[in-house]
Amino acid sequence: MSEIFSPTFAPAARTEPVASEGTGTRVVLIGIAIAFLALFLVLPLIAVFTQALSKGLDAFLAAFREPDAWSAIRLTLTVAAIAVPFNVVFGLAASWAIAKFEFTGKSLLITLIDLPFSVSPVVSGLIYVLLFGSQGLFGGWLLNHGIQILFALPGIVLATVFVTFPFVARELIPLMQEQGSAEEEAALTLGASGLHAFRTVTLPNIRWGLLYSVLLCNARAMGEFGAVSVVSGHIRGLTNTIPLHVEILYNEYNFVAAFAVATLLAVLALITLVLKSILEWRFAGELAHGRAH
Amino acid sequence: MVETPRRKRTFRRPSVIPGFGLSFGYTLTCLGLIVLLPLAGLVVKASGLGLSGIWDVATDPRVASALKLSFGVSALAALTASAFGFLVAWVLTRYRFPGRKLVDAAVDLPFALPTAVAGIALASLYAPDGLLGAPLARLGIQAAYTPVGIFIAMVFIGLPFAVRTVQPLIAEIDKEIEEASATLGATRFATLTRVVLPPLIPAVLTGFAMAFARGVGEYGSIIFIAGNLPYVSEIAPLLIVIKLSEFDYGGAAAIATIMLGISFLTLLAINLIQAWSRRRFGYV
Amino acid sequence: MRTAGLTDRPSTAIRVEGISKTFDTAAVLHDLSIDVRAGELLGLLGPSGSGKTTLLRIIAGLDAPDRGRILFGDDDATGLAVQERAVGFVFQHYALFKHMSVADNIAYGLNARRRAERPARAEIKRRVGDLLDLIRLSGFGDRYPSQLSGGQRQRVALARALAVEPRVLLLDEPFGALDAQVRKDLRRWLREIHDRTGQTTIFVTHDQDEALELSDRVAVLDRGRLEQVGTPDEVQEHPASATVMKFLGDHVEVEALAEGGRVLVRGRETPVAAPAGIIGPVKLYVRPWQLQLAEPEAAHLSGTVRSSYRSQGRQRIEVADDQGRVLAVEDFDGVRYPAGHPVGLRINGGHVFG
Repeated sequence: MSEIFSPTFAPAARTEPVASEGTGTRVVLIGIAIAFLALFLVLPLIAVFTQALSKGLDAFLAAFREPDAWSAIRLTLTVAAIAVPFNVVFGLAASWAIAKFEFTGKSLLITLIDLPFSVSPVVSGLIYVLLFGSQGLFGGWLLNHGIQILFALPGIVLATVFVTFPFVARELIPLMQEQGSAEEEAALTLGASGLHAFRTVTLPNIRWGLLYSVLLCNARAMGEFGAVSVVSGHIRGLTNTIPLHVEILYNEYNFVAAFAVATLLAVLALITLVLKSILEWRFAGELAHGRAH
Repeated sequence: MVETPRRKRTFRRPSVIPGFGLSFGYTLTCLGLIVLLPLAGLVVKASGLGLSGIWDVATDPRVASALKLSFGVSALAALTASAFGFLVAWVLTRYRFPGRKLVDAAVDLPFALPTAVAGIALASLYAPDGLLGAPLARLGIQAAYTPVGIFIAMVFIGLPFAVRTVQPLIAEIDKEIEEASATLGATRFATLTRVVLPPLIPAVLTGFAMAFARGVGEYGSIIFIAGNLPYVSEIAPLLIVIKLSEFDYGGAAAIATIMLGISFLTLLAINLIQAWSRRRFGYV
Repeated sequence: MRTAGLTDRPSTAIRVEGISKTFDTAAVLHDLSIDVRAGELLGLLGPSGSGKTTLLRIIAGLDAPDRGRILFGDDDATGLAVQERAVGFVFQHYALFKHMSVADNIAYGLNARRRAERPARAEIKRRVGDLLDLIRLSGFGDRYPSQLSGGQRQRVALARALAVEPRVLLLDEPFGALDAQVRKDLRRWLREIHDRTGQTTIFVTHDQDEALELSDRVAVLDRGRLEQVGTPDEVQEHPASATVMKFLGDHVEVEALAEGGRVLVRGRETPVAAPAGIIGPVKLYVRPWQLQLAEPEAAHLSGTVRSSYRSQGRQRIEVADDQGRVLAVEDFDGVRYPAGHPVGLRINGGHVFG
């Protein structure tokens, strides 16, 4: 310190940066935030596991000895195995058309693709009932031709595709837009065909974004409740997915079994979160903007 | 001079990149069959009732009370989620503390956890004999099977929207702005309220609107904790399910149309907020 | 081979015939024609928005012209797809494939060929090795683009374009994204590569120095029209238009009078000859080095010194003339003129356009 300033008048050295709150405030705010999240988000997750194991491991495992549980698991896997690839293909096509070309009505198209996100899950199911139900627009025709859509696999798949429709597209569109078309053009000048350029240049560039969106799409597809509940008809062992099976068990006051089956979905959610976070931390630059936390 | 006449296309700017026709056509086909056609079916059904028919359904006391409950509680829940969401977003982006990344990841839990699972978990926690329900009951608050329970479920599912819309903007705040404010003599409080917070308002409003829209439409995480008593804790989406189970397609379509109308208004509001934000602050 | 443009009958490698192009509503190219000679290094010079990048992309087949033809030798290439044109295009920001190693980037064009036309794996490896040597990045084959400096990426992009043995090499602002020193080195190096390979090359730039230093011939574009094509000396000594004159460097405009085949300034004769058939008031364009400090009786202009400084062995004096304009004079008489000092200026040369 220079002698011009008398040490007695020197203010205590500030160790905290100017652009922040004091340590005390910080600790309190961090405390409130963590307590809130723990209470509202984490506790319910823990409750799933504690309730499932509340009567011991045997009671927990008993839930999986039910054939209905297995048929629900099979149905959920089947639905996801159809809905997710469908939305991947759709998302790739939509993002290719939207990100690589200039055409009128593009923002309207993006809004329409996002539409299912702003529709209540119950309404998402309802619209298919209105089309394919016995009193629906195509209901009579379907009945005459012996085609079963509602209360069967096709209806469940349709409702699931609807609620997960935007997932892949809305991740890939901004990602491809950020990446531009220069690399594809470079590939074409080097003699590559369009398909070759897509395979060797575009796909590798969007692989992490694609994986990211598939994770979220799959989690939603396997966990969807409202829309599927409306179109499934709740036929035990036939049209019950895992979430619907959980609901039935719960409404029958078979709490342990309900929570036991629910742990499957909770574990799926945890795995999804972990993988998603890993992608965000490791490949932030290769995901659509705003994903880097 | 040799002329190669070329048709001037106004719809699409020509590009050397192939595959527009295929990808665009496939996109429109899927969109039309999966999304637009079924939604149009709803509109057709509702228009069959006419405006007066929809009004009749909406003013039916049970429906009116369900709509009031859904929209009212959702607004309150979205407000709460926005306030705490802002705090969480601020803490996560501005402060460094052990476990920060874990906490950050946990924010997305409601996105990842299936709604039915969240629903039964919340119901068991807040039941009168539950871990949180019991102490609340001693305070004279009954959470489960009342609008309070609906409120809790809606805060749960709305929170990630509130956090994730403001978080990137907080991260982008230029520290120099705050330092400039400090060098000009502003207290920390003044810096926050006059310099830092105003540009974040549009994002907070957007987050609020998204949480609100999600809360109104939410079904799975609410029905278990709500108790579903008509006139007390029966939400609008549940009423759609009830109408459907009574084969009252018209009634279900009418309620759905009202809900769709409101969510489109919310969507419009979000777009207006963002347009205003772009004009005012230069970003969304 | 600086003299490539001066050989007896240079064959035409690429002929651009009457190309017009409109984007949305804005016209970008107007009826533009130019011949590119085999083996030459042609610089497309113009300000931003002059259409030079669009012309390059049209030659490559990345954009389609609204009107006109592109010929490669005697073959009409207008309808050819970009893949069939065998051009080597170096993008402004290189467009390297981020997820591929340097070697894979360079080999991309060879690997993209149909099996029947694809060289054997060992042959591809050998060619990649040769190209790595050529761009002086031997041993960098396993690196990824993100691990390279800007100048290195630029060289990889060039090698990738050369790997397919293109008919013509097209470079879009090749040094635009690099800092000054790297630019200079790369310029010299590109010239060397060109001299060694004899590859017909077109490059786009908005930097006059770059175009004049590097090119066999320079094509000056402005607002979608070709203003002039010629060797660097030609365009500098005989600019075809005021636009070319203005774009090629600092200048002052002086009110003058054309009379009897000569150009007069304030009634005093200058060494500049008036173009045939031009009589009356004209604008005389003068470069800084064509102005000289002079005694009032020999001066065409007068004014006062505003500032004077030396830089790299030259003295630059800024003179405010009596109309308040500031003229830059390059002179070196060893005298340091103080600000406010009255001086006369003599015009030793300049250009008048019809």
